[in-house]
Amino acid sequence: MSNAQRSALAFAIMAGLLMVVGFSQSWPLMLTILNLCLISSLMALGVNIQWGYAGLFNVGTMGFAALGGVAAVLVSKGPVPEAWAAGGWNLFMAALLFVLTGAAAIVAYRPIPKGPLRVLALSGIIIIGIFAIRYFSDPAIADIEAVNPTVTGYLGGLGLPILFSWAAGGLFAAGAAWIIGKITLGLRSDYLAIATLGISEIIIALLKNEDWLTRGVKNVAGLPRPVPFEVDLQKSEKFIGWTEWLNSNALEGLTASERGDLLSALVIQHSGIFVKLGYAGLFTVVLVAVLSLSVMALNSPWGRMMRAIRDNEVSAAAMGKDVTGRRLQVFIIGSAVVGIAGAMLTTLDGQLTPGSYNPLRFTFLIWVMVIVGGSGNNLGSVLGGFLIWFIWIEAEPVGVWLIDFATGWMDETSPIRIHLMGSAQHMRLFMMGLVLLLVMRFNPGGILPEVTKARTQKEIDRD
Amino acid sequence: MTDVFNAIILLSNFVIVPGLTYGSQLALGALGITLVYGILRFANFAHGDLMAFGTMVAVLITWWLQSMGVSFGPLPTALLALPVAIAVTIAMALFTDKAVYKFYRKKRSAPAVFVIASIGVMFVLNGIVRFIIGPNDQRFSDGERFIIKARAFKQITGLNEGLAIKVSQGLTIGITFLLVGAPFWFLQRTRTGKAMRAYSDNEDLALLSGIDPERVVMVTWIIAAALATIAGTLYGLDKSFKPFTYFQLLLPLFAAAIVGGIGNPLGAILGGFVVAFSEVGITYAYKKFLGYLVPESWEPDGLLQFLSTDYKFAVSFIILVLVLLIRPTGILKGRVI
Repeated sequence: MSNAQRSALAFAIMAGLLMVVGFSQSWPLMLTILNLCLISSLMALGVNIQWGYAGLFNVGTMGFAALGGVAAVLVSKGPVPEAWAAGGWNLFMAALLFVLTGAAAIVAYRPIPKGPLRVLALSGIIIIGIFAIRYFSDPAIADIEAVNPTVTGYLGGLGLPILFSWAAGGLFAAGAAWIIGKITLGLRSDYLAIATLGISEIIIALLKNEDWLTRGVKNVAGLPRPVPFEVDLQKSEKFIGWTEWLNSNALEGLTASERGDLLSALVIQHSGIFVKLGYAGLFTVVLVAVLSLSVMALNSPWGRMMRAIRDNEVSAAAMGKDVTGRRLQVFIIGSAVVGIAGAMLTTLDGQLTPGSYNPLRFTFLIWVMVIVGGSGNNLGSVLGGFLIWFIWIEAEPVGVWLIDFATGWMDETSPIRIHLMGSAQHMRLFMMGLVLLLVMRFNPGGILPEVTKARTQKEIDRD
Repeated sequence: MTDVFNAIILLSNFVIVPGLTYGSQLALGALGITLVYGILRFANFAHGDLMAFGTMVAVLITWWLQSMGVSFGPLPTALLALPVAIAVTIAMALFTDKAVYKFYRKKRSAPAVFVIASIGVMFVLNGIVRFIIGPNDQRFSDGERFIIKARAFKQITGLNEGLAIKVSQGLTIGITFLLVGAPFWFLQRTRTGKAMRAYSDNEDLALLSGIDPERVVMVTWIIAAALATIAGTLYGLDKSFKPFTYFQLLLPLFAAAIVGGIGNPLGAILGGFVVAFSEVGITYAYKKFLGYLVPESWEPDGLLQFLSTDYKFAVSFIILVLVLLIRPTGILKGRVI
């Protein structure tokens, strides 16, 4: 089977699985799964850019996705003028001092020779800086958080359309990736993993506790939406007329009151589907754009260079390639893609809940997607994103069904049966691990393995 | 003079005793991580969940013993359950090694492949634990709660500040001090221990000398799993058992192992205490402590807290990142990274 056929078959099966959900469970559920599949695929693409192209072991996906979420809040929410008035000045001073401390540390770094003197001077500068910053920031934060804390208590955002936040999320994540990459990319692979895991936890800790910026665990709800609200659609004459036209067969020959009841039920159902389709359309546009750019990049000389660095760093360096620079570049690009996906996820949820970021779901699950889909293959990552998210969601009903089947001979009130039914949802973690281990063991290239000119499908099959 | 004593007791109660307890738990866990790293040469992401698995077995056996009416007097019943729990966890660790890691060891895969495989094991163990015992908090401690209560301490000494030491704290520190010597004795004095050190230093040379690698690996897993179960059970007795908390312990454990110097058992113990004391010490408010020591007029206005307690967990990540950047070999020289 050629690579294209293989991909087409895999995606056809995936579409079939989604259709099965649509027919057997419900179409709104299928669209909910589809939307999160699209976002997951984008995140998996981001990780694939780092791991599949360049072999960077970044386990900090959660942090970049969360930064995208912050962007969604900061771009779309309206500013809170009272909070700016209360704490703006002090906050500005704190920010200024922060920059000054950083600048002083950088200026002092070079002239002082390496040794205890430098350590002493730098720690002195930083400690004095921290005290000075906190002199201004402590009252600023207290003042800002005191402004109507049940509703705002934070600075608010820019009040722009939320679609801008997708780009902003990418930029936020890229900026963070630049700083993180500068300091961690020198580490060996598994240390890079531990360091990025730690940094992503630090980002989440900041989000949870810096209430003046993100309201912390109080969450920011009610974000604006790029698509209309269901209630507005249900009132719109145009939408009702459109529903009527779409269902004219079903509505024909009914009495006036029956017709009215059926129509209003249909309008409510269709409005939900319409909104979900709207999101799916927007996400698909982004996914297709990023995917085609990724495919072009991977097939370009740049992509060949990245693979050369991944496969043999020493010879790539000997060929005059800037290994450190390229790694930083690919780290930033991949993280930006994850940031965009993070902003899209927060947009879909309509709220930012820092407490919900969990490394199992936002980092390790994405990794399972990349490995199972096929690292180094962009289409593979997209497929992995779809398939793994699908299993993640459907493992629960299937698990319940399986346990119901297996324990059917037991009494309805048997404590073992009740306990197993209650625990069925945790089967998904077990299944994820099992899928990952099985694919790694028996099909290490993933479902759609990496294909390059030098390494054709035939060779992959032979291995 | 009483003020100085008051200050010391205050600090002991809120910083030193909790720090020693948490540090002991981290040290035991980090020893396992460092041994696996030294012998199998990868960072085991499943170690936190191995701890959770061991603790879960201990909890289940404890419940069973409690239902049978068995108790251990003033000490928690969980101590009686510990040997069986250790045996089951060792079996689990050896099974994962046979089923997963052995294949990659034979293939001599890159460390990153091992790490990804350990992520798979992490998911599986996490799923098993949640499936069997559920994701919620479980309490399983019984027996006496305190070695000494704050009020009794105040009455005996006549000081303002009381010192409360829980049985679980005393047990943790005591067991750790008894146990930490064992791995060193084993590594330095026994034939198998020497084989392990040789294998860790130079795999090929060790193989040439006729050391059986599978045996070395097996012993490593046995020690790591035993320590993980003990550390996890002690942590659960001290706080409570919740699967997700154990998964989150992974980063402080890595921090401890790396701060001390990964691959170096002494470093893991040192690192455990460094991480624990930084977490507790940086988030403690020193206002009252200084209040006893300096004249009233000097007393500071603020709480004198470096970071709010919300960041307690983040402290270990910050230490981890700082050490990785400044001195990646750790305090005591571990492996060069």
